[in-house]
Amino acid sequence: MKNIIALTCLSLLAGCGGSGNWGWYVIDPTTPKGWSNITFLLSGFGATILLSVIAAALSMVIGLLVVLPGMSTNRWIRLPSRIYIEFIRAIPLLPMLFWVFYGLPVVLQSMGISVRIDAFWGAVITLALSDSAFTAEIYRSGIQSIARGQTEAAKTIGLTYAQTMRYVILPQAIRRILPPLANQFIYIVKMSAFASVIGMQELTRRANELVVTEYRPLEIYSLLILEYLVLVLAISFFVRWLERKMGADESR
Amino acid sequence: MVNEANTDQTNAIDIKGLNKWYGDFQALEDVNLTVAHGERIVICGPSGSGKSTLIRCVNSLETHDSGSIMVDGMKMGDAASIEAIRSEVGMVFQQFNLFPHLTIMQNLTLGPMKARGLSRKDAEARAMKYLERVQIPEQADKKPGALSGGQQQRVAIARSLCMEPKIMLFDEPTSALDPEMISEVLDVIVDLAESGMTMIVVTHEMGFARRAADRMVFMDHGKIVETGTPEAFFENPQTERCRTFLKQILKH
Repeated sequence: MKNIIALTCLSLLAGCGGSGNWGWYVIDPTTPKGWSNITFLLSGFGATILLSVIAAALSMVIGLLVVLPGMSTNRWIRLPSRIYIEFIRAIPLLPMLFWVFYGLPVVLQSMGISVRIDAFWGAVITLALSDSAFTAEIYRSGIQSIARGQTEAAKTIGLTYAQTMRYVILPQAIRRILPPLANQFIYIVKMSAFASVIGMQELTRRANELVVTEYRPLEIYSLLILEYLVLVLAISFFVRWLERKMGADESR
Repeated sequence: MVNEANTDQTNAIDIKGLNKWYGDFQALEDVNLTVAHGERIVICGPSGSGKSTLIRCVNSLETHDSGSIMVDGMKMGDAASIEAIRSEVGMVFQQFNLFPHLTIMQNLTLGPMKARGLSRKDAEARAMKYLERVQIPEQADKKPGALSGGQQQRVAIARSLCMEPKIMLFDEPTSALDPEMISEVLDVIVDLAESGMTMIVVTHEMGFARRAADRMVFMDHGKIVETGTPEAFFENPQTERCRTFLKQILKH
């Protein structure tokens, strides 16, 4: 295994030496052309981040709205939430993206609502919906991990269901679901690349467009991967920091 | 709540013909128990005999299948009656069930502020009053995890008292404690008993029962087998099952 990694690294490095296979000149920051290419690629960061953050925020809200009735003792209240999760979870992201972008406006129009869904909001809606089923399940496991005694104690001091959730259960659950939620956020960032196929100008779309004009897919896609790597690592470090901060808050 | 119950105003708790099943297992079988205002009842019996289930029915943490429960003249039934009953009944659990993410003070003020609408100032004044009563006012700003088991249970008692209940239920309040901490908790409960609080205590602490109980209730296999004053109960048990139980529990 080690040998294979070493060999791969070596062959990649060999390519950098200027032998015929590699053409790093397309993204050489010392040349004006290379520099403008790099800034073109990097300018996709803003859209990717904005798309991911809004989608993740919406997904967290939808997930909560889905999970709370989903944990009712009444099966008829539980049922719609269960159906939503099973249904949404079963749709692959790309077909859903096409459906939202090309299909949803038609549906809305037939209902008399005339809205244009642009690439950005099409991607936001798709990512948020698609992710919300997973977020809901993460919430559920977090909430269920809080001992039943907590709910009972809250009942005996007269708290309503909403107050119990707000002041007792969710503050404890959030610490436990932070790691899986962060995982899910990283997933959203990566899945946001699909937005490129409906023409949204984010990291992957920029790379695709540059490849078409420069014919250097290897170098450009390598940089693209590096861009996602940097983004995801930054998120990881942020979440670690957040976990430490919240952990320190809890003295037990 | 005006109903036929008001003819029965003399009793704090009136349980008639209570039955409860867990699937095929009958947890409570035709249980009848009347508790007068100011009366202190100790329930004992082997584990699985239905003691905890019985007192958990009194504030509706468990539902019952048939029979009736009347608390302070209110008949347990719909959600409104459960809420009204819970506002008069405090409960202390074996596992304390303090809220680990909140300080002691926040544990005590949560119910009064959210369920009763007290101002923070009033709630904190009330909390301090009861923390002094259980003799740990100096721990107010700590988290439960920083306290010993005995201290945590005393906080749990204070948290219940902050709701100013008429009736207190104790579900094996010392069973989860190290031996050296049992007496500090029992002292608080005895003090409460001497102040005239109506209470039902499920416990195996027979020394405490002799000190504090007006009446002993012995349960086995979901039924009340024997009741009587502590003197009669300990000196002259009427049933073989009770004699066997007392022999086992007083052996050490």
